[in-house]
Amino acid sequence: MAKKSLKAREKLMAKADEQLKFLNNGIFEDELPTFKEQLSDINQFPLQPNKLEILQINLGYMCNQVCAHCHVDAGPDRKEIMTKSTMKSCLKVIQKTGAHTLDLTGGAPEMNPHFRWFVEEAAKVGIKDFIVRSNLTIIEANKKYKDLPEFFKKHNVHLVSSMPHWTEEKTDHQRGKGVFNKSIRALKRLNEIGYGMPNSTLKLDLVYNPSGAFLPTNQEVMQRDFKEKLIANFDIHFHQLFAITNLPISRFLDYLIASGNYEDYMYNLVEAFNPAAVTNVMCRNTLSVSWDGFLYDCDFNQMLEMKIDSNRKHITEYNEAEIQNRNIKIHQHCYGCTAGAGSSCQGNIT
Amino acid sequence: MSDYYETKDLRNFGKITDWNKELGEKFFDYYSTVFEEGHLSSREKSLIALAVAHVVKCPYCIDAYTKDGLQRGITKEEMMEAVHTGAAMEAGANLVHATQMMKKYKKLSH
Repeated sequence: MAKKSLKAREKLMAKADEQLKFLNNGIFEDELPTFKEQLSDINQFPLQPNKLEILQINLGYMCNQVCAHCHVDAGPDRKEIMTKSTMKSCLKVIQKTGAHTLDLTGGAPEMNPHFRWFVEEAAKVGIKDFIVRSNLTIIEANKKYKDLPEFFKKHNVHLVSSMPHWTEEKTDHQRGKGVFNKSIRALKRLNEIGYGMPNSTLKLDLVYNPSGAFLPTNQEVMQRDFKEKLIANFDIHFHQLFAITNLPISRFLDYLIASGNYEDYMYNLVEAFNPAAVTNVMCRNTLSVSWDGFLYDCDFNQMLEMKIDSNRKHITEYNEAEIQNRNIKIHQHCYGCTAGAGSSCQGNIT
Repeated sequence: MSDYYETKDLRNFGKITDWNKELGEKFFDYYSTVFEEGHLSSREKSLIALAVAHVVKCPYCIDAYTKDGLQRGITKEEMMEAVHTGAAMEAGANLVHATQMMKKYKKLSH
């Protein structure tokens, strides 16, 4: 498993324009409909936002892990980190947004040196659902992170954490050697202080994404299986499981191409296109803010450097009403969010 | 033979309805109903299908139900046990005919 990001290894698929070029050519030239054509067929092009519900802020691409499928291409070598000044601009927006959910992501957002300050300030606003996407192992990574569970509890943060499988082998294969056992230890600590326990208001959800070139199956069935295994094997509890499809960008795209799975995977996504999923697709109720303050329709568009189609592209120019009156930028990777039961950072969407 | 069993052919399975819509659709309706959750879970059915795929030696089916198993979170140990179950049944079906051989042998021997 690679220990460096695609960017550090200077791989072609680290570049957004190369990814987009690849996704435009080949099978999408004459075999498969483009996502735009698919939306046009169901009279949904151009795709436009519904009410803004989720403000997702990426605090930086630095991470203590180098996961095989990371769409961010995150890792210890990534130095893109949100500054305190940009955080202050975000706070101004958080104070006046109509969104009911604030969703902090990364990388490992906890590695941003201003993370705790930002959480404390954002928590004061009293937003309804305050999510931090924590990779779990960060709690075990260094002494300075040991008290994160208590910190999260103090600010009533809703934790959403990745766990690709209930077995060590599959989890470590996707997320790195030793990740499974560290994650189990972190989950036990979180359970001890109330996170994820039945009837607890301290919410702990897990994210499942397939560890290979296949789509996730029924989210409820996966949740049932995960709960059965994690309780039986480790006495670990969590609330919901979100099943997320791997989108064909960044490291996962690189893997699909290198393993000869790209065409089959795209055929699967296109065949599984579900018009009902378009109604609730994540980009219609979410805005994504990058580490340097630019605005995107979603975290995936952020990684493909597709800024929103608006004159106000930066958090310092934020005007919610004006920004919501835009067309959403799409490309072939969007098939990942409309396959089967649909996929979003909150799991299934149908 | 080089154009037999190309992986991408599986993508065209649904097109068998192009040449006989009625029978093709009846088959696919039946097929999808069989694999729904019932007295057996879809997970159990997936493992049965994987075992049968090996017994009938269908490369397309092996590809399809290996992927289906991965999607359902079925482990490789579970998959291999399912394949051995099918193999044991095949071996058993073969070996049980040894009783016929033994019977005939005894009948013909003096």
